[in-house]
Amino acid sequence: MKVSTKWLKDYIDLDINPEELAEKIERTAVEVDSVSRLDKKLKKIVVGFTVEVRKHPESDHLNICKVDVGEDDLLQIVCGAPNIAANKKVIVALPNSRIAGNVKIKRSKMRGEVSEGMICSLQEIGFSDSVVPKAYADGIYFLPDNAKPGEPVYSYLGMDEDIIDLDVTPNRADMLSMRGTAHELAAIYDKKVNLKKPELKEDSTDNVSNYIQVTADKELAPTYLLRVIKDVHVKESPMWLQKRLWNAGIRPMNNVVDVTNYILLDYGQPLHSFDYQKIAGKRIEVRLAKPGETLQTLDEEERELLSSDIVIADNNGPIALAGTMGGLNSGISANSQIIALEAAVFNSSAIRKTARKHNLHSEAAMRFERGINRETVAEALDMAAQLIAELGNGEVVSGFAVGAQANVQSVVVTITAKKINDVLGTGLQDAEIKDIFERLGFGVEEKAGAFKVSVPARRWDISIPADLIEEVARIYGYDNLPATLPSGELTPGKYTYKQQVIRDTRSILEESGLMQAISYGLTSDKKAQRFMMEDAQPTKLDFPMSSDRTTIRMNLISGLLDDVAYNNARKVSDVMLYEQGRVFYRDANSDRPREVEHVAAAMTGLYSAQSWHDEKKQIDFYVAKGIVEHLLTKLGVTGISYEASQRHEEMHPGRTADIFVGNLFIGFIGEVHPNISKEYGIGRTYVFELDLQKIIDFNNELIVYQPVSKYPVITRDVALAVSKDIENADIINFIKAQSGKILSKVQLFDVYEGAKIGIEQKSLAYELTYSDSSKTLADDVVNADFEKVMSKLKEKFNVEIR
Amino acid sequence: MDLKDRLTELKAKALSEIDTVEDLKKINEIRVNLLGKKGPITEVLRGMKDLSKEERPVVGSLANKVRDELTEAITQRREKLEIIKTARKLEKEKIDVTLPGVPVKAGQPHIIMQVIDQLEKLFLGMGYQVVDGPEVEEDHYNFEMMNLPKDHPARDMQDTFYITEQILMRTQTSPVQARTMEKHDFTKGPLKMISPGKVYRRDTDDATHSHQFHQVEGLVIDKHITMADLKGTLQIIARTVFGDEREIRLRPSYFPFTEPSVEVDVSCFKCEGKGCAVCKHTGWIEVLGAGMVHPNVLTMAGVDSEIYGGFAFGLGPDRFAMLKYGVDDIREFYLNDVRFLSQFAQKG
Repeated sequence: MKVSTKWLKDYIDLDINPEELAEKIERTAVEVDSVSRLDKKLKKIVVGFTVEVRKHPESDHLNICKVDVGEDDLLQIVCGAPNIAANKKVIVALPNSRIAGNVKIKRSKMRGEVSEGMICSLQEIGFSDSVVPKAYADGIYFLPDNAKPGEPVYSYLGMDEDIIDLDVTPNRADMLSMRGTAHELAAIYDKKVNLKKPELKEDSTDNVSNYIQVTADKELAPTYLLRVIKDVHVKESPMWLQKRLWNAGIRPMNNVVDVTNYILLDYGQPLHSFDYQKIAGKRIEVRLAKPGETLQTLDEEERELLSSDIVIADNNGPIALAGTMGGLNSGISANSQIIALEAAVFNSSAIRKTARKHNLHSEAAMRFERGINRETVAEALDMAAQLIAELGNGEVVSGFAVGAQANVQSVVVTITAKKINDVLGTGLQDAEIKDIFERLGFGVEEKAGAFKVSVPARRWDISIPADLIEEVARIYGYDNLPATLPSGELTPGKYTYKQQVIRDTRSILEESGLMQAISYGLTSDKKAQRFMMEDAQPTKLDFPMSSDRTTIRMNLISGLLDDVAYNNARKVSDVMLYEQGRVFYRDANSDRPREVEHVAAAMTGLYSAQSWHDEKKQIDFYVAKGIVEHLLTKLGVTGISYEASQRHEEMHPGRTADIFVGNLFIGFIGEVHPNISKEYGIGRTYVFELDLQKIIDFNNELIVYQPVSKYPVITRDVALAVSKDIENADIINFIKAQSGKILSKVQLFDVYEGAKIGIEQKSLAYELTYSDSSKTLADDVVNADFEKVMSKLKEKFNVEIR
Repeated sequence: MDLKDRLTELKAKALSEIDTVEDLKKINEIRVNLLGKKGPITEVLRGMKDLSKEERPVVGSLANKVRDELTEAITQRREKLEIIKTARKLEKEKIDVTLPGVPVKAGQPHIIMQVIDQLEKLFLGMGYQVVDGPEVEEDHYNFEMMNLPKDHPARDMQDTFYITEQILMRTQTSPVQARTMEKHDFTKGPLKMISPGKVYRRDTDDATHSHQFHQVEGLVIDKHITMADLKGTLQIIARTVFGDEREIRLRPSYFPFTEPSVEVDVSCFKCEGKGCAVCKHTGWIEVLGAGMVHPNVLTMAGVDSEIYGGFAFGLGPDRFAMLKYGVDDIREFYLNDVRFLSQFAQKG
C-alpha cells in the first residue's frame, strides 16, 4: 500500500518528516518497503507552452517546436512524440536538466536543427508505465491548461508528494486504506483523526427500485448494496484525483472507474461499477457459478467459471466475478450514462479460492480475502456515488438496492492488567493500558484492572485477549520491554542416543578427510530410485516445478554424484564428499514415506597429491573401504563382513561389496558403474552408502575395554601362493577358525601378482600374532599351532607356502 | 730419577697428550695405555716395593692422585669429544625447515551445519532438547495445528510442495513443535526445545530463494514465560552468532502461530550500526521471526492456554551463514563446490 503523506494530512495533523514517520510505522505497525518521492533526483523540469509546431525539414517524424518556458525568448525544441501539438502545456526538460534514470539533457542538434532541451513523456520523468494514463502511454503528456510556463512541473503532477510504501501483513487489512492508516498513526502519535463524511445529494423524485432488483445469498455476500447514478458523462478525471491514483500505483482511466479506485484506497472498500444499460433484465443476483458458465473478464480473458466462484449475474448469466474482476461486457465505456455501483462484503474464503484458481490477485480480491471494514460499506458507497455524480455531472438516484445487509457489532474482548503484565513481563499501570486502548480508538470500560474493550469493525483481526496484548505491546514499544531469561524448573539439555550417533558419524567422517555436503532432497524420478538398498516406492510431488525435482530421494549417492559432476565440470577433479541425511522409502499402501537416516560418500581423483615428500595417492576401492572400516570401528560395530556383490546395477560388478553385520545387510561400497559415471561426466568414483538407522539400532557401547596383556606377543609371517579367485577373507576366516585361542590377530601385509608367480596365482602375505594374557608363550606351543593351521590351509585351498 | 719425579713427568706428558687428542677411539687407547695393568702408573706402583717404609705412602698417595687426575682429564676430554661428535653429526642432518609440511587429510562440516551446531550447543547449554521430526508432513501438523486453516490468507506466505491433499513437504520445522507439545507431560516440567532441519518451499531457485533450506525453530512452554524472556533469549542468539556487542530490536509482524508476533533485527555487525550495504544503510539486519505462542496453537495441542504460555522463534541457518560470511547466492550451499566448502574449515 503506497501512502501519500500529503493525502494523510487531510485526515491527521502530522508534521513529521517522512523518513522518521516510516521508521515509526515500521517499529510500531507494519514493515515499510520504501520512502520515495518522484521529484527526488530531477532538475530543471518545467511547464512549457507549445507556441508553434512545424515539421522538421529533414525528418518525417520529428517536429520543431517553439516553446514558451516563461522566459523572454522561446526555446526551440525538436520533438519526436507522435502526439505533439501546438497550444499545449507540456513537460519540458531544460538544457542541463536531469530526468529519470539520472540522465542529463543538454542543448544539442538534431538533424541540423538546434534543440534546447526535451519535451517529456511521464515515463521519461520517472513515472511507471503501469500508471501512465492510456491516452499518453505512447507520447508526451499534456499538463492542465492552468499550468504556468516556467514553473516546475512537480506539484502539477503530484511528484512532490512523499510516498511511504507499506508492506502490510495479512492481519492488518485495516492498513490497506488511507483511513485505516490514519487511525493507526493517530494511535501511534496520540492524535485525533479528522475523517470527512459523505454529503450525499439524492434525486428524491427517482428511486433505485425503478431501476433494479437485487438478490444475494447471505452466505456468499453478507452485505450487498447497489446505488444508481444517472446522466453521468464519462470523461477524464480531474488532476487531484489522477494524482492520488498514480501516486498509489493505480492507472487513471475515467471519472467513474477512478472514483471506485479512489474509494478503494480511501476506505479499503472495493467497489464495482456496471454500465446499467448492459444489465439484462434489470435484475442482479449474487450466486455461485453454474456448471458450464463462462465470463470474459475486464482483462479480456475468457474464463470458465468454477462452481466455487461467486458471480454477479443478470438474466443472461454472469456479468462479474464477485470481488475479483468485472466482466468486459458490463464494464464502463465512454458512452455509459447510467452507473450501477456495487458495494459489498463477500465471503473471504470463496474470494481467496477464486483469486487463486483464476490467478486473479486484484487489489479488490486482496482486500476481500483479508477482511474489510463492515462498518463503512454504505458510507463508502455514498461517498463514491456522490463523487461520481459530481465529477460526471450526474445525479444519484435515491435509495440503495439491498441484496443483503449484515448487522455490524463491535467485538468485545475482556482482559486484565495482570494478564497483560504477566505475558509481557512488564509493570504497566491500569491508566497506561487504558490510554493505549483509547488511542487505538477502542471503546474501553475499566474496573479494578479489568478491561472491557470494544473493538471497531475495521480491526477485525482483534478477537481474543492475546490480540489486545499485542496492541498494548507495540504501542507501548518493544524497546521498552525488559530482557530476561526463562526462570523456573531446570531441564536437562542433551542429545538423544540417536542424535549423538548421527553427530559422531559426521565428525568421524570429517576426521577421515571427507567434506560434508548437503544436496537436494528432491530429485528426478530416475535418480531418486537408483542405488536402492531396499524395495520401496518413490514419493512424488503433486505439482513439481521442474522435471529435475519431482521425487524425494531414496538414496544419498545420486545427490553426491550431482555434486561430483558439478565439481568435475569446474575442473575440480579431486573430490571427497559425504552426506548424512534421510532417504524416503514408501510402502505401496501408504501415502507417507518412512524417513530413514543414511550416510553416504563419494570420492574421486587423488586422495593425496604428489608432493616433494610423497608420491601421489589415487582414490580407489581400498581408500574408501578404509574409511568405512574406520567409521564402523569408531561406532563400535563388530562382526562386519564385505561380500562381493553384483546386484547393484549402478555399480561396477567386479568392484562392489555388500556390507553385513552378522547376517544383516547395512550398506554397500564400490566403484560407480562406468555407464553411470559417463552419464554424469565424472571420473572413476568410489561410493558407499550405509543405513545409519541400523547401526543406531545396534545400540553399541561406543567403547568396549579390553585388558592389555602383560606378556610379550609372538609373531609368525607367512606368504601363501593361492589361486587368484580365492579371497583374502576366505583365508583369514579359515586361519581364525583353525587356530587355537592363542591367535590374537591375523593381518594381511602384502599382495603380489606377477612374474615371480604363476599366471593364475597370487601371493598373500600374513602376519599372525599370538598372545596369552596369563603367561609368557612358549615358542613350541606357537609353532605347533602355526604348523597345524598351515597344513590345513594347504589341504583346503591348495596353497603353496612360500 | 726417583719415582716422584717420574710420576710428575708422566703426568705432564699424559695431560698434554690428552688435551690434544681429537678422536674418541684414541682417547680410549690413551686410557688403556696410561691406566691399564701394563701402564706406567701401575709400573710405578709396582716399583714401590723397593722403597723405604717412609717413602712408600708418600709415593703411593702421589701415584693415586696422578691416576685420579688423569682419569678425570680423560673423562672430561671424552665428554668434550662426544659433544663435538654429536654436533658434527647433527650438523650433517640439517634440513630445510621452510619446506612445506605433509598435509593432514581432514574434512569439515558444511557451513550450514556449523551454524546449526553452534545453536544446538547454545540451547543444550540452556536446558533445551533438540527434537527431530518428519520432513514429509501432514497438512494437519504443518499448517492446521499452527493456526493456519485451509483457506487462511497467510498460507500464501508459504508456497507448498504437496504430495497429496493431506501430505506435503514441510514448509517449516514448527510441526515438530506441535507434535512435541501434544506428547509433553507438563506436570513433569516445562517444555524447552529447538527443532533444526530441512524445509521445502515451492520457490524457483535464484540467488536469494531456494526450494530447500534449513530452519531452527525454538519453543518454550511453561507457567510463567514472558515476552521479556523471549527478548532476552533472542539477544543471546544474536550475540552468540553475530558477536557479543550486538543489540537487537523487535518490530511488530504477523505469524498465525504467535500473538504478539515480531520480526527481530540485529545491529549490523559489518558497520556496527553506522549504515552499510549489508544492512542497506539502516544499521539493522532482519534475522528472525518470533512471538508469544498463539492460544489456539496451545489449545489445539491439548495445552491449557489459561495456565500455560510461552514463546517461539524461528530462524534460518542459511540466511545466518549468508549474512555472517557474505555469501550472496544461496544456491552455493547446495551445489557443494569443494572450493566453496573448504573455505569454512576454520574452527569456530
